[in-house]
Amino acid sequence: MKFKSTLENYLFVLPAVLIFSIFYIIPFLWVFQLGMYEWDGIMPTKTFVGLGNFKEIFFQDKIWWQSMFNAGYITFIALTFQNILAFLLALACDREIKLKNFYRLIFFIPPVLSEVVVGLVWQWILDGNYGLLNGWLVHLGFPQFAHNWLSDPQTALTTVAIVHSWKGFGWGFLIFLAGLQTIPRELYEAARVDGANAWQSFKKITIPLMIPVTVLVMILTILGTMQAFVLIIAMTGGGPAYHTEVPVLRILASMRGSSRFGYACAQGLSFGLILMVISFIQYKFSSRARKI
Amino acid sequence: MRKIYAFGLTLCATLVFFGCALQSKATDKPTITIWHWMTDREPAFTELARRYEAKTGIRVNFELYAPSDAYSQKVRAAAQGATLPDIFGILAEKRDFSSFIKAGHVLDLTPHMDADSGRWRNSLFAKALAVNEFNPGNKYGIEPGVYGVPIDVMAIQMLYNKGLFKKLGLDPEKPPLTFQEFVEIGKKIKAQNMQGMVSGWAEVWMIDCFANNYAFNIMGKDKVIDTIKGKIPYTDPDWVKVLGLFKEMQEAGLLATGVVTMVNKTAEQLFANGKAVFAFNGSWCVNVYKGMNPGLKYGVMMPPRASDKYPMVIWGGAGSSFMVNARSKNKEEAVRFLQWLTDKEQQAYLAETTNNLPANKESLSKVSEILNEFVRNMDNTTHPNVWGVSEFPAVIEAFDKGIQSIIIKEKTPEQIAAEVQKIKAREQAKKR
Repeated sequence: MKFKSTLENYLFVLPAVLIFSIFYIIPFLWVFQLGMYEWDGIMPTKTFVGLGNFKEIFFQDKIWWQSMFNAGYITFIALTFQNILAFLLALACDREIKLKNFYRLIFFIPPVLSEVVVGLVWQWILDGNYGLLNGWLVHLGFPQFAHNWLSDPQTALTTVAIVHSWKGFGWGFLIFLAGLQTIPRELYEAARVDGANAWQSFKKITIPLMIPVTVLVMILTILGTMQAFVLIIAMTGGGPAYHTEVPVLRILASMRGSSRFGYACAQGLSFGLILMVISFIQYKFSSRARKI
Repeated sequence: MRKIYAFGLTLCATLVFFGCALQSKATDKPTITIWHWMTDREPAFTELARRYEAKTGIRVNFELYAPSDAYSQKVRAAAQGATLPDIFGILAEKRDFSSFIKAGHVLDLTPHMDADSGRWRNSLFAKALAVNEFNPGNKYGIEPGVYGVPIDVMAIQMLYNKGLFKKLGLDPEKPPLTFQEFVEIGKKIKAQNMQGMVSGWAEVWMIDCFANNYAFNIMGKDKVIDTIKGKIPYTDPDWVKVLGLFKEMQEAGLLATGVVTMVNKTAEQLFANGKAVFAFNGSWCVNVYKGMNPGLKYGVMMPPRASDKYPMVIWGGAGSSFMVNARSKNKEEAVRFLQWLTDKEQQAYLAETTNNLPANKESLSKVSEILNEFVRNMDNTTHPNVWGVSEFPAVIEAFDKGIQSIIIKEKTPEQIAAEVQKIKAREQAKKR
């Protein structure tokens, strides 16, 4: 009887286990296996190189690490500028202001737009020759600020990071707003009765209660931004030189440009591992923050 | 009620079954499936497929997969799964092409090319055929032969806007012949606050193409090949001179602002709308410019030579090519269709409707005047796929991205030459 019950239980979880294994575990193992070969993606034969591809990534491929740095920089801008903007806008929309539903809709438009379209439109706006932004700057009497935003190595990465933040802040806005709306209003009323001003309420009620939501937004921002590439392909293609290269573009370059499928698999795995480590560290920090 | 449903369902299934059976009996001729990426040629291909079916009864199904990047990935994935169509194109370097052949995906067309005293072979431009050909003793270890059929020919050259030439006080029928003349024009462009040359140099292969033109001009083919073979370093003064030309062009104001992050579509828009004096583009641009600005007056020119020691060459000869799937059960029909497609009449139709240069020599009379300007320099064309050697992709990337660094004034030609050579040494060491 007990055996039958156990068997029944296993049968119930079997479909989920099968789906997870077929679509996640097996491909992961396969990618790991391919990462240990030199293979062009076409030939039936592959050359075993052991951990050679991983060694090359970690110790020889300077461009890979530059792309990691670039992704880190874009992520830093997203974590600060994008999330602060999202939080402030969410805070504004949480209050009883006029047209708040309209603002919610407007703020959520950028994230639902196609990344390629957004990239191309911004490329057109920021174009050094005939771009709208430079046109406005000249028209408004500030020709000295007209600039070749995407082709100048000094500004290319920051420009891309800002456009990425503009495209992505809507997600953070939505999550922050949902978080703010879960804070019981009675807490603010009680604080007001006790004589707390707006800043004290914000500091003692809003911030502590928003920590779990902030952690979630930060994790999503890091994972999403580190893997960003569509917008960058559309805006700069990774250039000028390697100034806006990001890890996913390098993986694509290994696959398409160099026909090194094995190396691309190793890059993908290494990148996944790095993201896992970052997420784990952040999770540990957030656990500690929650306790505080 | 349930019985009526069951009866209806059975009746439908029976009709579908017999319908299919009858249809397959009625059309016992095969259907040829072709995968391609040429969006602009889709209507012309569809019309040709209709004509072929009317003539032979064989249905030809052109399936378009664009953009070319996505197409390339689809072909690779299909090769791994052995699900390639009867006819397909390979958008890759010769090294990858050879991998497709080694994996048994591509039919050797040599017997068909040489039949009837080489009638098919002789009808096509030799330079276009050469990119699909493997010579005896090739380094890829491929059985010598022809493995693809060119359906058109291209050449990548420079173009100049005749109207803007007049504005600059230049003779629109006399484009610059030497690099010095080119630089002088650059100074005029800068003085008049105009944009110089546009090109899709964000797609680095176009930089590679431009740089190789000058490498052939400055040091000759043998030295370029010897560099690829590793006998001559990239730090050689001739290579530094090639890299230095980009610095000179930038300083003279010959390069349009933002050229390093410019995709070719943007470059084409700028040139077609009269916003740039020069463009570096392939012969396919004739159709593109016609679509964007039919009234554009422009001329075709060779890149101005930087040296008199060796002739200036341009990339060309290789257009789009089709390969026959060696595992296809319709391979004979597929070959016959490609023979028909590259016949004089069909090639003339393609040239007329798509403004591309035909692969069939006899169809040239049908091309437009501007395309004929591209044809004039066809004898001076070369292509990496016919060099017999391939540079390491990492070296090509470092070289092309390095040129971007020179243009944005981040690094000097000497620094880039040293960096490229370092990567070359690393790749050679790995190979050993």
